[in-house]
Amino acid sequence: MTTAWCEHPIHRLATAIETREVWVREVVDATLDRIADRDASLRAFTAVLSDSARVDADRADQEIAAGRYRGPLHGVPVSIKDLIDLAGVPTTAASRVTGRAPATSDAPVVARLRAAGAILIGKCNLHEFAFGTTGEDSSHGQTLHPRDPNRSPGGSSGGSAVSVATGMAFATLGTDTGGSIRIPAAACGLVGLKPTFGEVSCDGVVPLAPSLDHVGPLTRCVRDARLVYRAIRDHQGGEPAPINGADQTLGCPRPYFLDRLDDEVRAVFERALSRLTDADWTVEDARVQHAHDAATIYLHLVLSEAATVHTAALEQQPQDYTPAVRLRLELGRYVQAEDYVRAQHGRAVLGRAVDAALAGRAALVLPSLAIPAPPLGATAVDVGGQTESLRSIMLRLTQLFSTTGHPAVSIPCGLTSTGLPCGLQLVGHRHRTCQLLDVAEACETALGGG
Amino acid sequence: MTLDDWLVAAKSDADRRALPELKPLLDALADATRALRAASWNHHTAGSRSAVDASDPATRPDEPR
Repeated sequence: MTTAWCEHPIHRLATAIETREVWVREVVDATLDRIADRDASLRAFTAVLSDSARVDADRADQEIAAGRYRGPLHGVPVSIKDLIDLAGVPTTAASRVTGRAPATSDAPVVARLRAAGAILIGKCNLHEFAFGTTGEDSSHGQTLHPRDPNRSPGGSSGGSAVSVATGMAFATLGTDTGGSIRIPAAACGLVGLKPTFGEVSCDGVVPLAPSLDHVGPLTRCVRDARLVYRAIRDHQGGEPAPINGADQTLGCPRPYFLDRLDDEVRAVFERALSRLTDADWTVEDARVQHAHDAATIYLHLVLSEAATVHTAALEQQPQDYTPAVRLRLELGRYVQAEDYVRAQHGRAVLGRAVDAALAGRAALVLPSLAIPAPPLGATAVDVGGQTESLRSIMLRLTQLFSTTGHPAVSIPCGLTSTGLPCGLQLVGHRHRTCQLLDVAEACETALGGG
Repeated sequence: MTLDDWLVAAKSDADRRALPELKPLLDALADATRALRAASWNHHTAGSRSAVDASDPATRPDEPR
């Protein structure tokens, strides 16, 4: 078969697989052909699992032919960020620090994907230890943006995003500590879901900052994100009742979140809001109290926790880190305990502030990323006439919700004049990730996607 | 230890460890820590509970800590 199936969303592919319009082996071979064709230049993968994927594909075809179809992920090629354990394959975290011994078992999220019948096609490149948003610090080299090789796809789950954006996987798992799922999803024109904190196991995932780390999917549409999310979450039951009276109302927190936006990103976002109101959504101005403190709170949390995770390796093999990541980890060793405690208090304050902003509303709506995909090597960018640190501006719109643990999803909302994707972020009520996905799917339809 | 004293000690330690590249990052961290300590919601962490704005749901001390 041709690689035409590689561009389809999972829910369409699943129907074709279930009805035997296409064999899983054909899909896997086509996906591997796509990887062989594209990945040498993009560097999205750290490992391609050709042999095991073909074996798993043949087994899936036998099961389906025997009437044992497992559901919509059965036979679907999926990639995972190389921070997540997959038995028999090294977890490199894109670092020379980790060595190359294979993982002895699957992380629970991988085991759940396998149980759902997904085909693990490969592991994806990332910013070293997920401690960065560009992918420039990686022992596997920089992943390139598929629409412009002079730009980063964002990160830290940049390889994961590129694998889905280019048809080298139908879905992928990323991790998000300050925005590492939503940022590359926005930059690459994908859906990226950060579930409520704690809903998806982080066991078998190399931590960055354990109180901030989330695992979630990047996909081509919200419906596919829901399929993967439902497969990997810990609790397989329902959610608390939806918030009454909030079905069609969104709050747009303009103060802070819209203060510093690239002009084209702002124009795309405002056009998206207009389309939502045309589709009978009510968009109200909202405010997240103390949002301007989010960056400093996040900084003290992530630095302290990351330094704690890496203490032994920083002592024993500091030369094996990339210089920039090593310095940030070393910086974390200087955060004082009293300030970590202050930041934890600030986290609780921000959590209540987001809850208050969500009261009576289905979700908050804001951009996912303040700039389009950044140029390779940039350390600062011009945003609305002001020079901003790239690292700060990349995290500006996402880190608050990683800190509070609210579920958040980025969906595509348009392109800049040069064809670079922009993302619209929806933030939902804690422990109501499915309800957020309902909102996201409706917004996606209103924006012409899905 | 005051933040200024901490910054001097931290930079000295960075020099001792042959990590002079860390010093500008320590300056930036010190700025962030100053902002953290000055945040309005932080006042009662420092012992002044009356400073909390009871009308602000974000700072209302309604969760166990």
